[in-house]
Amino acid sequence: MEIGPIWRALLRNKTAYILIALQIAVTMAIMVNAVAIIQERARLMERPSGIDEDNIFYLTSIGFTPDFDFRDSVKADLEMIRNLPGVVDAISTNTVPLEGGGWSSGLQTEPGEDIEATGVAMYFTDEHGLDTFGVNLVAGRNFLPSDIEWVDQNSDRWPPTGIVTQETANTLFPDSPEDVVGKTVYVNDDQPVRIVGVIERMQAAWKSWSGVERSMLVPMYRDAGGTRYVVRTEPGYRDELMPQVEELLAASNNERIVRGLMSMTETRQRSYLSDSAMIKLLVFIVSLLTAITGLGIVGLASFSVARRTRQIGTRRALGASRPAILGYFMLENFMVSSVGILAGAVLAVGMNIWMVQAFDLTPIAWYIIPLGMLALWIVGQAAVYGPARRASLVPPAVATRAA
Amino acid sequence: MTRYYLKLGLLSIRNNPVLSALMVAAIGVGIGACMTIVNIDYVMSGNPVPHRSDVLYHVQLDSWDPNKPANEPDKPPDQVTYLDGTALLDARKGRRQVLSYRSGRVIQPEDPDLRPFEVTARSTTADFFPMFDVPFIYGEGWGRSEDDNLVQVVVLGKEINERLFGGVNPVGRTVVMNGDTYRVTGVIDDWNPIPKFYDVSNGAFNDVEEVYFPFSVSIAKEIGSHGNTNCWKPTGEGGWKAFLNSECVWMQFWVELHGADEHRVYMTFLDAYAESQKALGRFERPLNNRLHDVMEWMQDQEVVEDDVQVLLGLAVLFLIVCLLNTIGLLLAKIMRRSGDISLRRALGASRGAIFSQYIVEAGVIGLCGGLLGVGLTWFGLKGIEILYGQFDFVGNLVRMDWIMIFAAIVLAIVSALFAALYPTWRACRIHPASQLKTL
Repeated sequence: MEIGPIWRALLRNKTAYILIALQIAVTMAIMVNAVAIIQERARLMERPSGIDEDNIFYLTSIGFTPDFDFRDSVKADLEMIRNLPGVVDAISTNTVPLEGGGWSSGLQTEPGEDIEATGVAMYFTDEHGLDTFGVNLVAGRNFLPSDIEWVDQNSDRWPPTGIVTQETANTLFPDSPEDVVGKTVYVNDDQPVRIVGVIERMQAAWKSWSGVERSMLVPMYRDAGGTRYVVRTEPGYRDELMPQVEELLAASNNERIVRGLMSMTETRQRSYLSDSAMIKLLVFIVSLLTAITGLGIVGLASFSVARRTRQIGTRRALGASRPAILGYFMLENFMVSSVGILAGAVLAVGMNIWMVQAFDLTPIAWYIIPLGMLALWIVGQAAVYGPARRASLVPPAVATRAA
Repeated sequence: MTRYYLKLGLLSIRNNPVLSALMVAAIGVGIGACMTIVNIDYVMSGNPVPHRSDVLYHVQLDSWDPNKPANEPDKPPDQVTYLDGTALLDARKGRRQVLSYRSGRVIQPEDPDLRPFEVTARSTTADFFPMFDVPFIYGEGWGRSEDDNLVQVVVLGKEINERLFGGVNPVGRTVVMNGDTYRVTGVIDDWNPIPKFYDVSNGAFNDVEEVYFPFSVSIAKEIGSHGNTNCWKPTGEGGWKAFLNSECVWMQFWVELHGADEHRVYMTFLDAYAESQKALGRFERPLNNRLHDVMEWMQDQEVVEDDVQVLLGLAVLFLIVCLLNTIGLLLAKIMRRSGDISLRRALGASRGAIFSQYIVEAGVIGLCGGLLGVGLTWFGLKGIEILYGQFDFVGNLVRMDWIMIFAAIVLAIVSALFAALYPTWRACRIHPASQLKTL
């Protein structure tokens, strides 16, 4: 159409348009980077923990008297919980995925002090562990009752068998990850642990840890001044069983307190709270920002229409049709937006490079940039449509009147 | 003259209510978004002990694995081992020193109808209270002799005293924890340093512990840490004894030093201590001991979350967009009044007069935007509190003090004046007669 004349008209009155282009550029930079962060967080939140989250809850029991008997209480509690109607299975362990606190130890494939060890999250469990967590055994066998040991507080001893996740196998034995059952790894430099089984997936308790997929199940009841009971229920029984189990435990032994009753659903929510909140905040900021930029476009376009009322009238009188006037303002906005959007794309990439360095973010996916451009073109055109339509309604007769 | 310009400004705002409201809204929203995040950053990076932060030093000793550093790049561990902590404590080379760790206890109330309940506890040495400027409502902390003689004494937090003794002075009375009887020596008044500088390894923004009792008692009763424990070397068989003698780091050591001389002397002492341990076959890494004062330590530990810094950057850009918007709107407003300005110039108003008039008007708009911004900041902080409600510590971060309210208003006025500079300059350049003919 009339790109040349519009461009020259823009240049005669550039300040206002530069302001709009700058606004669009900054909006674009923020939008693209915010979307990149949102994508990254959403990806983290989608990772499965590997366990049957919907039907699992847990609680902690802490003995506080000198004669509290850890073994007796664990035996009695587990028997009581496992026999409740609606309970699939239960164990005494140290932590659950996503909880935030847990135990990790270094595993190595050769004994010795100078060998590099790989950090692996440890879950203490008995032969009911696989069933309670609802994890998939893909090779080897489950623990046998004879594998299970009782270990005292502050002891350094490890049972000689273990079940690892596939990722643990991949990291420890990169050459033959399919064939790790029967192999021996070493914990505490030189204590041998024979791998008896491999499970598909079970995350460690720390969601931000780089080795979050590396875990090992260890066949022991460990006295840690207290213990954590993990309970898996039949679908639909969880909410009913949670207070029931808490009350039964508290009532059965007054030498301990019961606390920290929580479902896995809530644990996941808490664990990823900062990520989901960040997503909400960014969505809010981007929406507000786009709205403000849109309003800015409406404001300046209205102003420029008001200022040019007589010119528009003159053009109409000289034969320009209404769509031509409408088209003029739409095209003008398109050109201004394009300048801003292109500058914004450069700014967005620059900002992303800086953020990747400063905050360890992953770089933006290439397609976010064209999507952002498209979005802002649409916003610009939508914002200018109102004022442009008003411009097209200016009657030709205005040209003959004084302003 | 200023009063006359103020009057003109108010008149002009009344004459253009929509445009003026838009400008106030743009500044208000920008300030609100920006100050919400600035406020959180300000609280997170605040000085938790303003009067003493430059005399309190956190000690790090590199007792770690010879094959790799405790933290990249080549940093010593954040906490100390029992062996080193007690050695530094016994050496008493600083004015005061404190060794402590996070633990927990179960309180058994006297009243048999009340169920026992768990409290967070800090196992600490006597200097904790005077060193960290802990305020007391009743009584005081304990002394060195209680530490040395393993006396079972306890300092209660205000809330626990409320719960156990109904808030009356409990000094001299006793509390039963895990079957042992402790004598109360004092009750701490409202005290919640943010960040919780003395133990950032276990939640930099968590509340302080609910009860405090002697480190020596805690060790004798084999009470383990409820916080972070890191080991690079197996502890070996031998239970609690072996754990105490292990290379696991799990406690925090702070020392009070005044001035550069004391700092230097202490650093020399630390290095000599490390050398003496090297002679015993420990400390196989190169000498790498550190003494950070409170604010240096907060920076080293990066207590301000990355998320907050990202949001801060976005919020500042957000404010810039709002200001660009304001500049555009002001420009529109001034251009619309070109005729007015020409007329005033033709009647003898100087450029300076025009400039003053519009700057005053922008200042008024900035003030209104600032007030709106303070209100929106309050809503923003409420929003953050709701959004992060499941984090217990969020209440500690969403408080707004007078400094921030003042800062918000000043920032709004400065922003408005800055935004007004260009449009006002344009107004001054309007020639006296150029616009008159179109009037």
